[in-house]
Amino acid sequence: MTRELLTGNLAAAWGARLARVDYVPAFPITPQTEIIETLSDWYDSGVMAGRLVTLESEHSMITAAGAAAATGVRVFSATSSQGLLYGMEMIYTVAGWRVPFVLVNVSRALAAPVTLEPDHNDILAARDSGMLQIHCANCQEVLDSLLIAYRLAEDPRVRLPVIVNLDGFYLSFTREPVIIPEPGAVDAFLPAFDAESIRFRASQPESQAVAVLGGSPYSYFRYETHLAALEALKVYDEVAADFTARFGRSHAAVEDYRCGDAEIVLVMMGSFATKAREAVERLRDAGVAAGLLRPRLLRPFPADRLREYLAGKRGVAVIDQNLSMGKGGVLHSEIASALYGRKDAPPVLTSFIGGLGGRDISAEEFYEMVSVTREAADSGTVPPPRLLYTRDELREVRKLQTIARVERSELGKEP
Amino acid sequence: MKESMYKRMKDLPSAHLLGTGTPMCAGCGGLEALHEIYDVLGSRTVFVNAAGCMTLLATYPFTPFRGSWLYTAMASAPAGAQGIRDALDILLQRRSITKEEDLDVVVLTGDGAAYGMGLSATSGAIERGLDFLYICYDNEGYGNTGQQYSGATPHGARTATSRGPSGFAGFKKDLFSIWAAHKPTYVATVIGAEPLDLARKVEKAKQLDGPRLIIALAPCPTGWDYEPRHTADIGKLAVQTGIWPLKEYVDGTVTHTRMPRPRRPVAEYLKMQGRFAHLFLDQRGKHMLAEIQARIDRYWDTVEA
Repeated sequence: MTRELLTGNLAAAWGARLARVDYVPAFPITPQTEIIETLSDWYDSGVMAGRLVTLESEHSMITAAGAAAATGVRVFSATSSQGLLYGMEMIYTVAGWRVPFVLVNVSRALAAPVTLEPDHNDILAARDSGMLQIHCANCQEVLDSLLIAYRLAEDPRVRLPVIVNLDGFYLSFTREPVIIPEPGAVDAFLPAFDAESIRFRASQPESQAVAVLGGSPYSYFRYETHLAALEALKVYDEVAADFTARFGRSHAAVEDYRCGDAEIVLVMMGSFATKAREAVERLRDAGVAAGLLRPRLLRPFPADRLREYLAGKRGVAVIDQNLSMGKGGVLHSEIASALYGRKDAPPVLTSFIGGLGGRDISAEEFYEMVSVTREAADSGTVPPPRLLYTRDELREVRKLQTIARVERSELGKEP
Repeated sequence: MKESMYKRMKDLPSAHLLGTGTPMCAGCGGLEALHEIYDVLGSRTVFVNAAGCMTLLATYPFTPFRGSWLYTAMASAPAGAQGIRDALDILLQRRSITKEEDLDVVVLTGDGAAYGMGLSATSGAIERGLDFLYICYDNEGYGNTGQQYSGATPHGARTATSRGPSGFAGFKKDLFSIWAAHKPTYVATVIGAEPLDLARKVEKAKQLDGPRLIIALAPCPTGWDYEPRHTADIGKLAVQTGIWPLKEYVDGTVTHTRMPRPRRPVAEYLKMQGRFAHLFLDQRGKHMLAEIQARIDRYWDTVEA
């Protein structure tokens, strides 16, 4: 066991290395590229056994990942944002193949406008694919989640690919102290992949991913995949408990911070939840009974766990770092669907959108969201969803537009 | 390279590997070619398929193949082949499987994937030196969706999206040359109606390593509008008129494996197909016909020069 300062990207690469992945189909994209560069070095220098191949697109990369896993080797891959969307047809397809492998997504906001910094619209576009999703908030969690993800994916009760998500820049390029477990201890936790009978061998011909005719066989396979994903809730708890027993670190499906006696609970995913945690701490110091819930698992959705934590609360504020155009926050809808109709459900569920394209969420904004939610609980009137944006930000954008207009008219005057 | 074991028609395999009762159309020229190809390749193969007519060959829970199969998507069958080949190599290398368990990885797609959507994935696979065989059954249009024009559609052909009086305005893409420009191990054109030529080429491709690509022109009764019984005749005419040159690329050199001499007029080939019926109606058709013939003549002038 060693402790090193690692970026989120390096932590992901270390996770893949400790999982002894055989095969990495790759394609570069910011902010993920450091992961595949690191793995490429390790394969080239012989530190890792296997091979990394750069494909000509993410669509091909995910196809190759699924096909290699279908042949019975342990596969890792990584992407971001536009890359995830470019490969989206295959994200859905390989989930249907029921091939276990792990894909790291380094979240980055989607075009248009094109940008580099994070939010969760990329990863949430894969929400309904059948690939399971684990969302990380710090670099240690990235490494640990990769190991957990392989156990989960390869469990015969699950056999589904898993995406481990970390936020671009905030985690991908931020160095944090990370404990790198002993390879032997990881081997004991995560034995070599056994594809059992589902793989390509000359002596045992196998047709995989064949077409079906009609809704009945189609529904059969789709339901089967859904039931396997639901089964993954139980399997996740088992695997996470085993991980804690072996390594001492806990990675529950839902992380709870001071929820027990909280009146108002913030719900948030990813690295920005650490900002929320800090705000909750300050609020507690000021005597406000705030708490934080951070779902690590988004698929399967730990609805029961969230219900238990939120039962009897006065108000819940969901902060979405994503925006479903014409609807609002995706996590807000998910939480609402888990709570609706329960006698002990919190009467007030507020919705806030923030952190799009890496926009910061300040401590003051967290205080304000708690206060708005508390007032709503007092008055019984739930305010409409709010898009976080300050007057100063708006002024800055207006200023840029004004400068551009002036420049354009000045240029137009030149002979 | 070993001398071909296929010298005469009677040397061709008499036992057929591909099962019957598939959902392909009666008279399918693609299936004709696949039967012949599979007999030479054998069952120690894994077919990696892209969206097209032949996706329906393996329909749950049945398959006509004795070997393995993986359906991918329209654009990325060569990438699927990459994943399987790499995985098998890794397993062989660390001795997790024996050589006897190894498989030939064969991509099987129509022209829609080969000439269009999957071209980037194919280019990548060739450039990476992937050890695989690509079989394209080329019926010159998006056949499975009702024969809309594709990058493989010949000039003047009527399709579901080129119903005008002059048919398809574009020209058939020269996929053979595009593939050959990548300098792979092997590229060939074949047709089911010339089984000996086909068997020799598949045999040769099987013996080689690296990227090997074969385009089989696939006469298509439903898409080309002719009676299923004419598939073999149309196939023979495609070669005899010179509109489908049988050739191969090895080590930078293109060799024509059949020289149609004397060449029969292309009209004989075209008039058997409803998709070209408008060429035989009026002056405009006559003019187009002459153009098509001239293009074929120019091609062979270059070859024979």
